[in-house]
Amino acid sequence: MAIVALLTGVALVALALWLAGLISPRSFNPQKGEAYECGIPTRGISMSRFHVGYYLFAILFLMFDVETVFLFPWAVRVKELGGAGLISIAIFFGILVLGLVYAWRKGALEWK
Amino acid sequence: MFDFSLITEWINNALGTVFPGWLVTTIECLMIGVGLLLVYALLALFYIYYERKLCAAFQCRLGPDRVGPWGLLQSFADMFKMLIKELITLNHVDKFLFALAPYLVIIASMLAFAVLPWGNGLQIIDFNIGIFFLIAVSSIGVLGILLAGWSSNNKFTLIGALRSGAQMVSYELSIGLSVLTMVVFAGTMSVGGIVEAQSNLWFIFSGHIPAIIAFIIYLIAGTAETNRGPFDLPEAESELTAGYHTEYSGIHFGFFYLAEYLNLFIVSGTAALLFFGGWMPLHIPGWEAFNHIMDFIPGVFWFIGKAILLSFIIIWFKWTYPRLRIDQLLSLEWKYLLPINLVNLVIMVLIVVYGIHL
Repeated sequence: MAIVALLTGVALVALALWLAGLISPRSFNPQKGEAYECGIPTRGISMSRFHVGYYLFAILFLMFDVETVFLFPWAVRVKELGGAGLISIAIFFGILVLGLVYAWRKGALEWK
Repeated sequence: MFDFSLITEWINNALGTVFPGWLVTTIECLMIGVGLLLVYALLALFYIYYERKLCAAFQCRLGPDRVGPWGLLQSFADMFKMLIKELITLNHVDKFLFALAPYLVIIASMLAFAVLPWGNGLQIIDFNIGIFFLIAVSSIGVLGILLAGWSSNNKFTLIGALRSGAQMVSYELSIGLSVLTMVVFAGTMSVGGIVEAQSNLWFIFSGHIPAIIAFIIYLIAGTAETNRGPFDLPEAESELTAGYHTEYSGIHFGFFYLAEYLNLFIVSGTAALLFFGGWMPLHIPGWEAFNHIMDFIPGVFWFIGKAILLSFIIIWFKWTYPRLRIDQLLSLEWKYLLPINLVNLVIMVLIVVYGIHL
């Protein structure tokens, strides 16, 4: 059924674009193709380097997100696994928290 | 409660007597697709109207009231206007990625939309890792936004997209963890199973204090996830014109607009599913007569009603709090919500494993 939903999404975009292509007007003007800025022609290319802070947060996110994904299979069986499961997940969880504390102390969570 | 799967069974049998098997599957898939498309579009149109009316009410205005009675047709007019606007061919963009971005955004919201439970047996995708699937597919949306900003080759869009990316991935962590907290409590990841587990009492009432904390964190993170105020700095008008979709025109922009409103519904629908029992009516243990009366209201109304009420809270945020700066935004997530969420998860686990009652 997921494939039906996916195809529906594609169909929605494709149909609306096709419809818009049929009824929307067309006119040509060299100025129209320019980048939207304050009226002055854009200097240089904009697909360039950006602030490293974004990259840092992406790396942090990747770390934590992958680790939370590992918690999900355990989460559905918490009751059955009981104390023994709790101890083993506590060690894993402790390392995860340690990582957060490390990043915090290193100043990785500050936006500079 | 009325079981909707009776109707789907009946349709399946009725089609099976007339057509061969492969054709029945095709027709059913088409019916589901068309139904999904209609509900998706109608909800988006309703949400546009709803938000505009609410914004107006918060600011002591009337809001849209010219098109149709009480301005009800305003969002139809808006959509039609977008459809008849020219799709400008820009000569500085990465054409392939520029065209791909709206597809990704719409597909992400459509897939997440299909997981939501609308009523008893009225659910398109239901399998054992449903809620996990929902989180997974809704994160594809970030990709679409990043691609849109990057491929537009414009400084405003690049900054908007990167802010949006940083914000959405950070707050996804909080969403994931608060969902995890509720999965620990429910003991299942299937959407149907989570709803069934709340047939006597909703999780917000039966889940002790951790469920309430998880709900508050989910609501804050959900607001950030949909790029709405006070977390709307990816499209902060005063600094970035329109953020990541500055270069999109006509219906191309409309897709981002649609997906934004649908994401609002998905976030509030998921909150309704996790904390307020999905389509389950309000049941209070012991009040048999009351429970029986509540059962007469169909599940679809319960679900949509809860989702709309929760999105009212999210819209309310926008007109109550001023916009955050990016450093405040990130420190709110990483220094407050994440540690609180981790502690909350531990408390929930202790409650479930050792049966402690708070």
